[in-house]
Amino acid sequence: MGEGLPLPHVGEKDTMDFLLSLWDYFLGRTDQVGQALVEHIVYVISVVGLASVFAISIGVLTRHNVFARELSLAVASVFLTIPSLALFTIFIPLVGLGFAPSFMALFLYAILPVLRNTVTGLEQVDPSIMEAAKGMGLTRTEVLLRVQLPLAWPIILAGIRIATMLTVGIAAIATLVAGGGLGDFIKSGLARLPLPNSLEAIWLGTLLSLILAFVIDLALKVVKNVSIPRGIR
Amino acid sequence: MSDDVLIRLENITKQYPGTADAAVNNLTMDVHRGEVLVLVGPSGCGKSTTLRLINRLIEPSSGRIYLNGEDVTTMNPSLLRRKIGYVIQQVGLFPHRTIAENIATVPKLLNWDKDKISARVDELLDLVGMDPEVYRDRYPKELSGGQAQRVGVARALAADPDVLLMDEPFGAIDPITRDRLQNEFLRLQQDLKKTIVFVTHDIDEAIKMGNRIAILREQSEIAQLDTPEAILADPADEFVENFLGSGAILKSLTLMKIADTELHQVPVFKAPVMRDKAIETLQDSEDSTSILLDADDKPLRWLDLAALNRTSQPIEKSGRPISVDLQPEDTLQDALTAMLQSSVGLAAVTDRKGKYLGCCTIESLAKLLVEQGAGK
Repeated sequence: MGEGLPLPHVGEKDTMDFLLSLWDYFLGRTDQVGQALVEHIVYVISVVGLASVFAISIGVLTRHNVFARELSLAVASVFLTIPSLALFTIFIPLVGLGFAPSFMALFLYAILPVLRNTVTGLEQVDPSIMEAAKGMGLTRTEVLLRVQLPLAWPIILAGIRIATMLTVGIAAIATLVAGGGLGDFIKSGLARLPLPNSLEAIWLGTLLSLILAFVIDLALKVVKNVSIPRGIR
Repeated sequence: MSDDVLIRLENITKQYPGTADAAVNNLTMDVHRGEVLVLVGPSGCGKSTTLRLINRLIEPSSGRIYLNGEDVTTMNPSLLRRKIGYVIQQVGLFPHRTIAENIATVPKLLNWDKDKISARVDELLDLVGMDPEVYRDRYPKELSGGQAQRVGVARALAADPDVLLMDEPFGAIDPITRDRLQNEFLRLQQDLKKTIVFVTHDIDEAIKMGNRIAILREQSEIAQLDTPEAILADPADEFVENFLGSGAILKSLTLMKIADTELHQVPVFKAPVMRDKAIETLQDSEDSTSILLDADDKPLRWLDLAALNRTSQPIEKSGRPISVDLQPEDTLQDALTAMLQSSVGLAAVTDRKGKYLGCCTIESLAKLLVEQGAGK
């Protein structure tokens, strides 16, 4: 096993020992792990779900209005430039601690990728296809629902995937405003460094985030394959 | 309004905001039931705009458009468009829908029942020469350009509209396929008798496709509206003349059939040929070339005296082969091409079964053109 990792632990351990210790740490806290995972997943699903509906709606409503479209993209970009530590805390005076301020921060972050891709997706639909649709007697709504949105969907879905990955990562900050999630392990580990099990906690939180991101990404790939018609795959 | 006018444009003007000149200026035009009216003109003359005014993809600034006596500006635009087939150059098939679903678009909007729709889809695919079994469930990306436009036409015909608007439908297709699609379309139109407004910038296509042609200049002003024959014989002004180009006479050849000319009879021989007799016959005739027929009267070879005198070869291999197959219903343009290719200045004409009828000559062609010109 060689020299082992240069860990800032009391005493020297090699990698194998650390992994075993990480495993023990995990087994000793399955309840806690389960709860944090559920909290994390609830964040991802609620945030990405609502932000997607919101952003797609904005993209659709502003599709004929350049000014409104650019304005909403600009606002969504501003959200993404606010440091996450700040964005999670500024809502505390309004809604208190816990789920609410975290949800709001994550929601604002998740808008831009979906909105950006919705705008791009709707714009890139071949104008001759829209012209043919309109010329055949589809109403504006029918053109949108039967032609434009289905053709924009692969790009919109790519935006949703980005928003999902972003949310899985940033949701770890919710712990700072008592919002729970996998960030709890990372925070407690950081707080206790270099005491025993502190690094294990950090690693556990990080690894679970990665695994969660991977699993959700797989699920979205399935969604993609099912929801994109064969003709444009 | 007379019965045979299906579409009437009355004093139509389309002025886009912020432009000095109207795109369409005070246009009045009738489209007769069952005719192909071709709008042709240089790019930017407003011909596409005019077409799109009919199905209200563009709203006129002033004027009235009547469809079957009804003012279209009072109709719901979507409902109006479902009654008018629309074909565009880029086709615009829905890439996420199968060929069958594409064709079924308007019938579905009209809430036809499923069985009726699928029967109609198969019927239309047959009509445009595509096997329903093969193509029904394919996607547009699997089609060639020519096939895509066939589907485009089928889709436009799906709900059996009286009117078809076609905006350069064959403009993006390679010349050989375009020619074939044009011919197929003309054959279809013979049966369907749709009222068609057809936009093109190609005068040759206009002459070929149109029962009547409207030659448009700037602002969709009609320079001349008449049958192709009349326009070619008697262009209204310099603009029309220039637009027709220098080949106007040659173009009028595409409008005339070989059957319109008198066929010339050259000496013919049928195998087995007595060489001496053949030479004698040809020497006595006014022609310098004769034709060798096979047992079924099918023309095989051009034989001149030199070929007949060349005893080193059997007579069936002398002279030059007759490779072009012409029938009375082919155009004089085809005949001229065949004459130029034959190297003897003649084109052999046969009936449908390949039986020899006579020859087309440059003289008979010239005579006809002179008569045509004099007649107008």
